[in-house]
Amino acid sequence: MSAAVIAAVDLTKKYGDTAAVDAISFEVAPGEAFGLLGPNGAGKSTTMRMVGAVSARTSGTLEVLGLDPDEGGPDIRAQLGVVPQQDNLDTDLRVRENLLVYGRYFGLSHAQVAKRADELLAFAQLEDRARAKVDDLSGGMKRRLTIARALINDPRILLLDEPTTGLDPQARHILWDRLYRLREQGTTLVLTTHYMDEAEQLCERLVVVDKGRIMAEGSPAALIREYSTREVLELRFGTDRSAEAARTLHDLGDRQEVLPDRLLVYAHDGEAALQEVQRRGLQPLTSLVRRSSLEDVFLRLTGRSLIE
Amino acid sequence: MTSTSTRPAIAPTRRRGGVGALYSGNARAVVYRGLRATGSTNYIVVATGFVEPVFYLLALGVGLGSFVGPVSYGGIHIPYAAYIAPALLGVSAMNGAIYDSTWNVFFKMHFARLYHGMLATSLGPLDVALGEILLALLRGGAYAVAFLIVMSALGLSLSWTVLLALPAVLLIAFGFASLGMGITSYLKTFQQMDWINFALLPMFLLSATFYPLSVYPVPLQWVIEVFPLWHAVELLRGLTTGILSPAVFIHVGYFLVMIAVGLTFTTRRLRALFLD
Repeated sequence: MSAAVIAAVDLTKKYGDTAAVDAISFEVAPGEAFGLLGPNGAGKSTTMRMVGAVSARTSGTLEVLGLDPDEGGPDIRAQLGVVPQQDNLDTDLRVRENLLVYGRYFGLSHAQVAKRADELLAFAQLEDRARAKVDDLSGGMKRRLTIARALINDPRILLLDEPTTGLDPQARHILWDRLYRLREQGTTLVLTTHYMDEAEQLCERLVVVDKGRIMAEGSPAALIREYSTREVLELRFGTDRSAEAARTLHDLGDRQEVLPDRLLVYAHDGEAALQEVQRRGLQPLTSLVRRSSLEDVFLRLTGRSLIE
Repeated sequence: MTSTSTRPAIAPTRRRGGVGALYSGNARAVVYRGLRATGSTNYIVVATGFVEPVFYLLALGVGLGSFVGPVSYGGIHIPYAAYIAPALLGVSAMNGAIYDSTWNVFFKMHFARLYHGMLATSLGPLDVALGEILLALLRGGAYAVAFLIVMSALGLSLSWTVLLALPAVLLIAFGFASLGMGITSYLKTFQQMDWINFALLPMFLLSATFYPLSVYPVPLQWVIEVFPLWHAVELLRGLTTGILSPAVFIHVGYFLVMIAVGLTFTTRRLRALFLD
């Protein structure tokens, strides 16, 4: 493997006395799809802004493409594509113009940006919208345009901050497909998300962050293996019976998680656990056996769910 | 996407050195953006910038002027309209520059999030500041040319030095725009934006616009002489009437300093706001 394109050691960002990012260390290899998973306020966006050379770190070291963002800010930004959490498309310009103008910001020639804009409109499936106003696009289309815009300078790293937050399921799947293609083409992807399914779909490797610190690191499958069981049994008993049921089942499976509305039983074989529940004379209102997900990993690590 | 690489073309356009983090030598990309965006601008708003000073000139210069009669300037009698026309030119340069660098910038900063996008590219804060200011100057320059044509058609340009009024207007607008953008960066709400108008109105009325400074007591004259609009009015009045004194160099110097201070200030603010 060649040298890391992003290398952070004890990276810290403080606002006053509070540390938004608290001494985190990670590396991203070229061509890798790397994710930062965590709840709102975990420090994901702040980390992204430091990597994107638009926010200075308080302490620690950071190298992006071999450069220190404190010194080589513009040189780094020239080789990055940035998809911010909030769309900041230029609403005074039409769809294709957004790409042309953005390319000019990088100092690309008119001929270069014109050619590239057409390729990217095709990639973002927006060819028939080239002359549309940005405000007339749907949320999913805006997001795809933002991604196309971020690719105008043929970046070595694409930074995506919560790329599908606020999109409907269909729009998310279209977007995932586009991002998956980029991944296949070898573009280094760094994304933040608070959606477990997104992290599992897109990331080869991820870190789970909470309160500015890294809680765990690994591939989605490895994290699930390490911090959870193969299957999870979800039981609902209703508010009144929940606590009593939890007591009766306290030794079932590897462990349990008592949530306000349901009881989670972590077990290798969920169906077997469910039969054991019934054998002990409990009748849950609903029951569901599912595979473990990153949500369970997060719950295990922090004791609370991701989206609060 | 194809594998065509656009990457090598990026490198040569960047500059190294101390200002490397602030400036990529690409302010023209910001101007280009502004020109393309103007295509969808409300032309009525643009037109008012030209119409307003012309109305003032006709109402006060020609109308009130016929009542006032000729006035003495630098010991020479000139029509009242010729006296206030350069002042109105200065005021329109100021208003145009202030509008572009305050309301427009305010909106882009807080609502359109335009600068976030720009500063995520290889552009630096100085590129953005210079680009926005140059755009304001293009518009201000167009207004000035139109006004000077109207002035000359009414016979109010008294000397060939009126030709120098155009670069002078650009200098003045540059000064106001560079400072205005920096000040705007501190303002967070629409109510605060009104303070700008509140500060501009007395300056417009009092800066020897409609009558000479000598009507004031001496201490008040000193106060007025600190304000940029007074320097603008005096500079332009000298050029359009041809009644020039060495004080012209002081006025020019005043705006050169204002530009330098304004640009430094604005660049720092943009850096603090968007590249913390």
